[in-house]
This record gives sequence, C-alpha cells and structure tokens, in this order.
Amino acid sequence: MESKRKETSPSRVPDDLFVPLPKEQQVDTRQQKGDSYWRDVMGRLFSNKLATLGLILIILLSIMAIIGPWLTEHTYRSQSILESNTSPNGTYWFGTDELGRDVFTRVWYGARVSLFIGLAAAVIEFIIGVTYGGISGYRGGRVDNVMMRIVDVLYGLPYLLVVVLLMVVMGPGLFTIIVALSITGWIGMARLVRGQVLQLKSAEYVLASRVLGGSNSRIIRKHLLPNTSGPIIVSMTLTIPSAIFAEAFLSFLGLGVQAPVASWGTMANDALGSFKPVIGGDCFSRPSLYH
Amino acid sequence: MTAEKLLEVKHLKKHFHVGKNQVLKAVDDISFDIYKGETFGLVGESGCGKSTTGRTIINLYNSSEGHVQFNGQEVAHIRGRKRKEFNQKVQMIFQDPYASLNPRMNVAMCIGEGMDIHKLYPGKKREKRIHELLETVGLQKEHASRYPHEFSGGQRQRIGIARSLAVNPEFIIADEPISALDVSVQAQVVNLMKNLQKEHNLTYLFIAHDLAMVKHISDRIGVMYLGNLVEMTTSEDLYREPLHPYTNILLSAIPVPDPSIEQTRDRIIVKGEVPSPVNPPSGCVFRTRCPEAMDICSQMKPVWQEAKPGHFVACHLYEETSHAR
Ligand SMILES: Nc1ncnc2c1ncn2[C@@H]1O[C@H](COP(=O)(O)OP(=O)(O)OP(=O)(O)O)[C@@H](O)[C@H]1O
Ligand code: SF4
Ligand SMILES: [Mg+2]
Repeated sequence: MESKRKETSPSRVPDDLFVPLPKEQQVDTRQQKGDSYWRDVMGRLFSNKLATLGLILIILLSIMAIIGPWLTEHTYRSQSILESNTSPNGTYWFGTDELGRDVFTRVWYGARVSLFIGLAAAVIEFIIGVTYGGISGYRGGRVDNVMMRIVDVLYGLPYLLVVVLLMVVMGPGLFTIIVALSITGWIGMARLVRGQVLQLKSAEYVLASRVLGGSNSRIIRKHLLPNTSGPIIVSMTLTIPSAIFAEAFLSFLGLGVQAPVASWGTMANDALGSFKPVIGGDCFSRPSLYH
Repeated sequence: MTAEKLLEVKHLKKHFHVGKNQVLKAVDDISFDIYKGETFGLVGESGCGKSTTGRTIINLYNSSEGHVQFNGQEVAHIRGRKRKEFNQKVQMIFQDPYASLNPRMNVAMCIGEGMDIHKLYPGKKREKRIHELLETVGLQKEHASRYPHEFSGGQRQRIGIARSLAVNPEFIIADEPISALDVSVQAQVVNLMKNLQKEHNLTYLFIAHDLAMVKHISDRIGVMYLGNLVEMTTSEDLYREPLHPYTNILLSAIPVPDPSIEQTRDRIIVKGEVPSPVNPPSGCVFRTRCPEAMDICSQMKPVWQEAKPGHFVACHLYEETSHAR
C-alpha cells in the first residue's frame, strides 16, 4: 500500500508530462474533430469488427464478381460432360461440377447474383425501414402504436412458412428471393429508426428549429436523419452479408434461384449430390468455403 | 403600468394524458400579462410547470384550455404568413446548452437556420450577419465553422442566444437559460441578455427555478407552484413584502453573502416533497407543505386576487371574505 502510493505520488511523475501542448497543435486537433461527422460514422462502423470485416469482404468479393467470370474462357452454363467432377487444374481452376461446368466461373457468377441480392435487400430495407420507422416515431401517439403493433405481428410470422408460401405463389427466382428477404428484413431498421426519432424529436435543438418555423421536412432532413445516419449505415452494412447468407440458405433448400443460374446457395446444393461419392470433393468445398 | 400589453395569458391550462385515465396537470389555470419592454420572471421548483408554460405560450404544445394572445392575436389560431411573422417575433432560449444545439451542424448552420427558414439574409449578407451576431454575443467570427462540442456550456448558450436573435425577435422566452451554467458564467450570460434587451428593445419571459438571479433581471416576477401561479408582483415588492408563504420560503433559500448573517438568520425549511401533479392536494395546492395551513385551505381553492395594486396572490391568509368567516 505504502509503496504503491509512492509510485503514483506526483513527485514521481516526470515534469515534462506537465508541459502544455503548443497552441497550434491544440487548435489543430479540435479543428479536425469537428471537421466532419463522417468521422463519427466511420468510427462507429470500424469499431464494430463484424461490420468492418463485412465491408472488406464485400469490396473484395465485388471486385472478383465483376472481373471473375471474364478470367476464364468458360461461361457459367457451358458444359463439357466428359470432364465432370474434375479436380482443380490448369483449365478448370476450381475444377468442374457434376455436369462438367467450370466451378471458378460459376463461383464468381454466383457472387454477382448473391451480391445483387445483398445490395437489393439493403436498399429495400433502407427505404422501407427508414420511412416506416421515421413516420412511426415522428408521428408518435396512436399512429406509432398501430404501426408498431403491425411490425410486431410481422415479426411473429414464421419466416420459412412465409417464404415457402411466396415461392408457391410467385414461383422461385431472383425476384421472389428479394421479396422474401425484404418482407421481414426492414423490421429491424424500422425499429431502430423509430427509437432514434422518438428520442430525438423532443430534443431541444429540434424544438428550436420548430420555434424558428422549421417545417417537418426540414426537421427530418436537417436534424433527425443526420443524427440517425450512423446507426442506419452500420445496420445496412450488416444487412448485406446477412442477406447473402439468407439467400444461400434458401437456395440450399431449393427455394432460391433456378438452374442454370448459379448462386452460392444453389452451387452448394448441387454439389451435395457429388459430396457423397467424393467426400470433401472440390465442388462442394469451394462454394462453401467462399461463403 | 401604462405600457402596452405584449402577451396576455388567460386561464391557461395544459394537461398531459399519462397512462390510462390519468391526467397530469402540468399547468392549471394561470393568468398573467407581459408588457412591452419588460422582463417577466417566472420562478418555481423543478417540475412545477414552468417549461410547459413557456412551450405552450410559443405553441410548441397545444393548450388544453385558456388563451394566449400575442399583440392581441390568439396564438393558437395564427396561420400562414402571420404564423411566419410570429415565428420571427417570438423566440426561445433553451435550458440545456448541451441539448439545444444540433451536434451535426456547425455554428454558422445553427445560427443561420432561422435566416434560411425565413430567407432573411440571402447570399453574402448571410455570412456577414452570422459574424455580426457572433460578435454581438461575445464570440468570434472564427468560431463560425466550429461544431458545438468544441464549446463550453456558456459559449453554447451564447450560440443559442445568437440563433434566436438572428430573426430579429421582439419577445424571447428564456427557459432557464442559466441554470445549467457555473455561477460566474451565469452572471455573464445574464448581463449579456440585459444588454441585448436594451439594444434590441426586447421583452423577456425569464424562467428560473430560484429567485437569486431572477431578481437582477426581472421587472416583475410570478411565482409558480405545482402548475399554479401563487403570487405575482414587481421584483421590489416581492422582496420587500412577500405575501405568499411559498414565496417566503423561496426567499429564505437565497444565500446571503455575509456569512455572519447567513449563519444566524432563520431559514424556513420546506417540509415534505412536492406532491404529484397527477394527484394534486385538494383546496390550496401548497397546503401539504405550508407552515401556516388552516382548515379552510384543504376545503377551498384560494382565489387569485389583487391583494394590493399590482400585487396578486392566491392564499386564504389574504382573502378578506374567508378570513372574516
Ligand atoms: N410531454 C410531457 N408529457 C407528460 N408530462 C409532461 C410532459 N412535459 C412535462 N411533463 C410534466 O409536467 C410537469 C411540469 O414539467 P415542466 O417541464 O414544465 O417543469 P419545469 O418547471 O420546467 O421544471 P424544470 O425546472 O425541471 O425544468 C412535470 O411533472 C413533468 O413531468
Ligand atoms: S392558502 Fe392556506 S395552505 Fe395555501 S398558502 Fe395560503 S395559508 Fe398556506
Ligand atoms: Mg423546465
């Protein structure tokens, strides 16, 4: 106890710790901090490891999705029956599948489909979620109550059942998948935005704007949305990978895009057949690995 | 008082519905007038409905009952072009300097908001005007591009004042503009507000929770308790001869600068807690804590009456009719 006290006693702290920073430097850091609120947004994004990982992965995958299929002379649907189920080699970098299609081309072609679904889901979630949550939170009172009960009901629906039903009604396909993902996907966003708006709308700076005669649209655009943008962006970034997973999962169950179109989920599903004879075979492991 | 009435509040009530069948009477039948060029202080404990009064006057809340008239016009019915005018003429300064500025807007955007809404200073004039305003409130024009988090509480409050001045108001509701600030800074802000009042011919409704600072700035003072006005008169009168028991308690709570007096003087200690505005006491709302409560106080609500010229009070001690009984 006694020794510890001595260590932390002021006299032991070197004097140079107390030298004030030069004036300019002080001003500098403050200026930077205030320069843009994107820093704050980015800070929040990057402090969430999962979100950061998602972002990096998406960027890498996007690049490959764009150029990947052009790197080989095969197309995603061209077959050479004689060379089915080959291991990776010079012509077929990831080998071929059961039907003799090039897995490398299909993986990146599938990436296009999967990423498109991810992006579409995120955009739809943003549009519906922000609008719905924004109205609910901003109107408040009874409107909010009704709107939130609707959300609760939607949230309570068994997801797979809804998806299967949709598939029956609309037929499987890219569009159906996006609809299926969007049907409940926006709920989280709506709740998030609603909570934020509900809290922010009675903030004094919002009242100040109203006292100055600010219109609802001005208050929403200038005050509410900018102060909610951080969480919204983080939530959207998290949506993209989760939508891709969901699509893969649905496709894997046979509820997704139809052959010969490739997506990561259908590829994994197709490969399941050859998985049994060639345990650990490349056509199964590649698409799964890249999930 | 021969001056012109600027604001007239008549039997104003604001009730909030909280939970099932419960009504919170935040403001319960208050009346007062504010004259052009004066400062009217509104004082009362936390939660007695001061902010609600201010916000109802400026129409942030719809009143439950009663009237608010500004320049003879019913505020709740002002629409269209007149509404825009009203939004310029009546402004508000807020209590919490940390919550009253949007953290995403720099100072120029904060101050310029009103000018943008009313398209007052187009083009280059806007920047010039912002710089002027910053200097008026004791900041520098270099501060225009900074963000609120870079400022202290007192500086933020100055920015808030500049924001409300930007639209050339006549009447400013200052909702506890100093209670979140250090004592030394409080005086600076009060002095700034006083100077601005002189320069711009402003009328203030100055809300505060203790009498100490209010007496320096106010011409007349209204004392509020649990949604009711209990006493209203000029500041000198209120200090010289307070009538209502609650005012006496508030006055005795002001510390005296001289320590020898401070130690020996009698302080009236308020007993008990403030009752809930959901379920206020019958009769006089103050009776649960009043040192002079009588039988009649629980049975009848005291009448708001003029005990002396210009000195209003609501207390059975000063009701001749009830006293005589
Ligand atoms: N929007 C609201 N909904 C329900 N009750 C409210 C609302 N605003 C205020 N109240 C209640 O009304 C009463 C008066 O509140 P008000 O904010 O006017 O008090 P105040 O005198 O300004 O207090 P303070 O000095 O703490 O600012 C309080 O009991 C408060 O809980
Ligand atoms: S009316 Fe009665 S209880 Fe109320 S303040 Fe006067 S003496 Fe006290
Ligand atoms: Mg208040």
